[in-house]
Amino acid sequence: MPSKLLSMHDAIAAHVHDGESVAIEGFTAFICFAAGHEIIRQGRRELTLIRMTPDLLYDQMIAAGVARGLVFAYLGNPGVGSLHCIRRAVEKGIPRPLELEEYSHFGLVARYLAGASNLPFYPLRSYAGSDLPSVNPRIRTIDDPYGSGPIAVVPAIHPDVAIVHVQRADAQGNAHLWGLVGMQKEVAFAADRVIVVAEEIVDEAVIRADPNRTLIPGLIVDAVVCEPYGCHPSYVQGYHDRDNDAYLEWDAISREQASTDAWLDEWVFGVADRAEYLAKLGEERLEKLRPRPALAGPVDYGAYG
Amino acid sequence: MTPNTYSPSEMMIVVAARQLAGARTVFVGVGLPNSACNLARYTVAPELELIYEAGVYGARPARLPLSIGDPSLVTGALAAVSMADLFGLYLQRGLVDVALLGGAQIDRFGNLNTTVVGDYASPKVRLPGSGGACEIATNARSVLMIMRLSKRAFVRKLDFQTSPGHLTGGDARARLGLPGGGPQTVITDKALFDFANPQREMQLIECYPGISPADVQAEVGWPLRMAEIVGETPAPSAEELRLIREELDPQGLYR
Repeated sequence: MPSKLLSMHDAIAAHVHDGESVAIEGFTAFICFAAGHEIIRQGRRELTLIRMTPDLLYDQMIAAGVARGLVFAYLGNPGVGSLHCIRRAVEKGIPRPLELEEYSHFGLVARYLAGASNLPFYPLRSYAGSDLPSVNPRIRTIDDPYGSGPIAVVPAIHPDVAIVHVQRADAQGNAHLWGLVGMQKEVAFAADRVIVVAEEIVDEAVIRADPNRTLIPGLIVDAVVCEPYGCHPSYVQGYHDRDNDAYLEWDAISREQASTDAWLDEWVFGVADRAEYLAKLGEERLEKLRPRPALAGPVDYGAYG
Repeated sequence: MTPNTYSPSEMMIVVAARQLAGARTVFVGVGLPNSACNLARYTVAPELELIYEAGVYGARPARLPLSIGDPSLVTGALAAVSMADLFGLYLQRGLVDVALLGGAQIDRFGNLNTTVVGDYASPKVRLPGSGGACEIATNARSVLMIMRLSKRAFVRKLDFQTSPGHLTGGDARARLGLPGGGPQTVITDKALFDFANPQREMQLIECYPGISPADVQAEVGWPLRMAEIVGETPAPSAEELRLIREELDPQGLYR
């Protein structure tokens, strides 16, 4: 089979188009900033961005004007405070108004679950006694056909593209992921197209040696990108820590559109790709983020026949 | 600070930890709640397992987590699971004894707003939103609210009801079929409240040392219900303060 390996530039050029819905997922961890920055650089417009926790990445993308809408559950700079760019878009329409479609965390997980398993909707016990259904008509209540009473449902979601970062994948996109696996599997199965971004590209034999760790099969993957540190300043379990200084610095940078634009000019438009971004960041800063090893014990799958 | 003085945050951590006596599982937030849960593990609830919505059961963080998705929550945990499993199999299944929640606004029945100040369509302040709070408030067996006391936060009417407390009071939760028990206590920087009355209305049960019921009423936006006897919450013990300052938060990030 031909390799699916592409550069980030070519993967975004081939698979992310104006007006589409894009989910770059990962809960606090595995957030592929490299992909989001490439989308900004290529000047995509009118995207509907989907993410449970928009985080700094969507704050940057929305400040850059790539999005017309946001599907989400929690708007925060985790552990720090507000997402000022998204607040500016919502409260003042700067740089442009943003349509919000709002859920709770489990509500959006449930949308991914329904999308991933080809179901029309998914039931959950949330939303009774909440005002969220009154501002989001997609959250509805049905009667349990088996008689237990009313239950909230959310519809399946099928992003045009899902972009998921993992520790390692082979050239077909069979991907190993460990740590906070979040909703990476569900969003990948729910999406029409999938870009897998990996810290390392490994031989298929490495994948086959530990099949329980494969969350995403190459079968549903359209492109594979090798992008070490592609998640900076978020983190990848066992590879690098969150760059907390960057999260704190963003709180100050993002308070004004002008300082945000200057940051985008320097760190997104001012570099050609992730390699240049990392060179600009400097080896010393990256070195500080590397954890000491904490290896799991080996697992014996057994050899049969 | 000397052992005889303590900050309002330290008092909140200590009071919250004491509320976790006997709990087996707790759904944790970052910041003060995180310190409170870890303090409880050292003191009143040695068998307590920490659950984080990021997908961790039985966390033993080796450092103070910087966010609810910190990598130190994974290393050494009993289980790292998908969020579908965490919300479905752990929370909605009913395995969470106690959850800690906070918000921008709370009303007299413990309903929470974390969505907007002002009108939803054109908000004065756009707040973070539900995150997992709506399902946590729905499903946890009991909920401890942790919030600083102020008239802006303790309001007569919420601008938006993100997460259900006791709704309109009485047996409203049960009538709506909510599985969890709802708010049990509200822990603030000045006083402690519970809902132990037939109306399930927030009532003042204890003031912290040096605080009077009138001081508390001044920070609450409705005529406050008082327990028959309003007691005084014991100040943090020397050992509680030592654990917070030396073991849990030596850098003083959340004190």
